[in-house]
Amino acid sequence: MGRAGDRPEHTAPPDVFYDDTEARKYTTNSRIMQIQTQLTERALELLALPEDGQPKLLLDLGCGSGISGDTLTEQGHFWTGFDISSAMLEVAKERETEGDLCRKDLGQGLGLRPGCYDGAISISALQWLCNAETSSQNPKLRLKCLFDSLYKCLARGARAVFQMYPENPTQAEMITVTAMKSGFAGGVVVDFPHSSKARKHYLVLLTSSSGIAQLPQAIEDESAQQVKVYERSKGKGKRRKDGGGGHNAGSKRHPQAKGRDWILKKKALRRKRGYMDVPEDTKYTGRKRRNLSGF
Amino acid sequence: MKLLTHNLLECHIKGVTNKYPFLVEAQQVEQTEVDFNPDFLRRMYPKLDWKAFKDTAEGLKLEGLPDSVTEEMLKSDEAFLRAFHHILLEVDVEEGALICPETGRRFPIVKGIPNLLLNEDEC
Repeated sequence: MGRAGDRPEHTAPPDVFYDDTEARKYTTNSRIMQIQTQLTERALELLALPEDGQPKLLLDLGCGSGISGDTLTEQGHFWTGFDISSAMLEVAKERETEGDLCRKDLGQGLGLRPGCYDGAISISALQWLCNAETSSQNPKLRLKCLFDSLYKCLARGARAVFQMYPENPTQAEMITVTAMKSGFAGGVVVDFPHSSKARKHYLVLLTSSSGIAQLPQAIEDESAQQVKVYERSKGKGKRRKDGGGGHNAGSKRHPQAKGRDWILKKKALRRKRGYMDVPEDTKYTGRKRRNLSGF
Repeated sequence: MKLLTHNLLECHIKGVTNKYPFLVEAQQVEQTEVDFNPDFLRRMYPKLDWKAFKDTAEGLKLEGLPDSVTEEMLKSDEAFLRAFHHILLEVDVEEGALICPETGRRFPIVKGIPNLLLNEDEC
């Protein structure tokens, strides 16, 4: 997903994109699994469930093959997973995840009874809702539908954390504003903001209306920042080496600028082009003037 | 699909008012073992619609649930808690359908996963 054109949500709708082969990656590719687990652990941290040792009932929106759900199970929570891709859900079923699964389109609303869930997480799913797959779909309305029904089904004081890959700041703002309109407080926490590769966006939504909602702190890794600076200075040096030859280094084709060779070459060129006023070449050509002004 | 999930789901077809509970049509029911966790049961009880839970269980020919639950039972009645746990978490509807109580729309359950996608004209 490095380049802008690589975003999978631009290639096909999620239920088509996550076919059998794509879903299979989520059980065999250890890198994908590791990243998903890390994202889930951070999302759980941001969810800030009360530490009373009680098992909670959580929602996993866009649960996919249930990798994120496994992390929830490890922490001793029960969960319900929604996803639109049947291939991914089948993989989840095969992996014998503990949570209960439903095939649902998040943009159509959750359809859950009010106040039942103690929290919700969503890993890398929200950006899928920002694309209209058919002419009748409106991303804003679909987001509104999701957030409205989510607000309703969460217990008061519960939180929802969406890890997402917004395409641009406008999209992130559209998502946040839509969530606020549904009654949530909160905002986007950006981890590793100085590194374009490690940067991660978490939309943290709070249902509590009492007091000023405090957003959790983002991780700003100092070492990541330093690496960036180092890379930048390295890049500059490289550029000078490659492209700066014309003025300083000198070569047969392009003699050192402003030196004697360069002047002789320019004069020869002008003579060749028929200019009559080109001075003769002498031993004084290209020498520095003596300072005659007396100062 | 577990009965816990069934108890929390409601029909989200646009304009439907009588949306809860889904009727369950089960062709195949399986049992999976889940760790007994009385704390979770005590936590979930106030959130459940007990009548819908009991009716659905009876529809699946699962007996053993009382009409009403007292605090005493939740606290220390081991036999009740075991039955509650079994029906809430260990019974899985593998094949069948969820039926909207108002419109009669069928949402099929295949391999234990209910398909609750709506058609375009329903949302």
